Amino acid sequence: MASVAHDVVHERAAERARVAQPYMNPYLAGIGLGLVLLSAFVLVGRGLGASGAFNSGVAWLVSLVAPGYARSNEFLAGYLEDGIHPLKAWLVFEVVGAFVGALLSGLLAGRVGMAVEKGPRVSVRARLALAFVGGGLMAMGAAFGRGCTSGQALTGGALLNLGSWAFMMCVFGGAYAVALPFRRQWR
Amino acid sequence: MSAPFFKLGAFGDETSLIVAFLIGIGFGFFLERAGFGSARKLVSQFYLDDLAVFKVMFTAIVTAMLGVTYLAWAGFLDLSLVYLVPTYWIAQVVGGLLLGVGFVVGGYCPGTSVVSTATGKLDGLVFVLGFAAGTFGFALAFPLVKGLYTAGDVGTRTLPQVLGVPHGILVFGVVLMAVFGFMGATWVERKMAAETAKE
Repeated sequence: MASVAHDVVHERAAERARVAQPYMNPYLAGIGLGLVLLSAFVLVGRGLGASGAFNSGVAWLVSLVAPGYARSNEFLAGYLEDGIHPLKAWLVFEVVGAFVGALLSGLLAGRVGMAVEKGPRVSVRARLALAFVGGGLMAMGAAFGRGCTSGQALTGGALLNLGSWAFMMCVFGGAYAVALPFRRQWR
Repeated sequence: MSAPFFKLGAFGDETSLIVAFLIGIGFGFFLERAGFGSARKLVSQFYLDDLAVFKVMFTAIVTAMLGVTYLAWAGFLDLSLVYLVPTYWIAQVVGGLLLGVGFVVGGYCPGTSVVSTATGKLDGLVFVLGFAAGTFGFALAFPLVKGLYTAGDVGTRTLPQVLGVPHGILVFGVVLMAVFGFMGATWVERKMAAETAKE
């Protein structure tokens, strides 16, 4: 059964590869992304972000189940304000927009479809387990770093923020340090 | 000074959320265009055969950096009103390293996992769930990790302040670094492609 599902995933991937358009030139995509970031600076006075929206989401979920605990937890309380719904936050709206924008771009380019991104030598199950663990590690990293690739590296990078540049260098350093042991997942 | 518009009262909180949604659309659109909904494309950066992550990121940084610099010089944008995250350098060094490891293990970062989920990748969705679980875990452990979370507090600092270099000079330095970085990245990609062809 597992191998049938596996083949289907591969066939679909191959089919998509036939219809999907190639990706945009990286410099053009970078200019587009940079102008979006610039418009955020000019219009709102802040940059892009992603992890903050996840933090709001988690704070909201915890406040539904255990409102007293969510209030007393110093980290979660930072995302909860009296009289304002926790999801009524700038980054939550921005990330919902990012979902819509990505879907739009994907549909226009023929790149939307069920798939699992992985190398040929790793099982779907192992890949999904690693995706979950990697997501968890990254949540810790983004919490300590006070932002992620978008909120710190991209936004703080453009503003020449000291902590953002230190953070960005360490992201690349950490990733290159463990790339070889995890090669099997991707190559 | 006319900008930042929101901070100068040109529109209110409710409108700022609509602006957030529209800016988000542009954000997600260009991330997907660049191929960043694909974990394999993203991690290629760390196996050196496709350095698009570096190229896109640094082109975006340079574009936005030059934009804010010129708009500030022209007297249009008050850069002091643009929010800067305070630096806690020890916490951020630890956070950056963890994020880097998580990138290779999980295949995405928070923003790109949203793009990946939006385009139907199951691993992207699972990454999002892992991220939510990790955030919850961090919140639970917060009393224990608070010391590290606040370590290296030096307040709001920019590189020009720390290095004692004028803002414009540093901007020029970053542009030079990016240009040489792009040339180096393309050289590495060609070398890797030639080696793969040999095999």
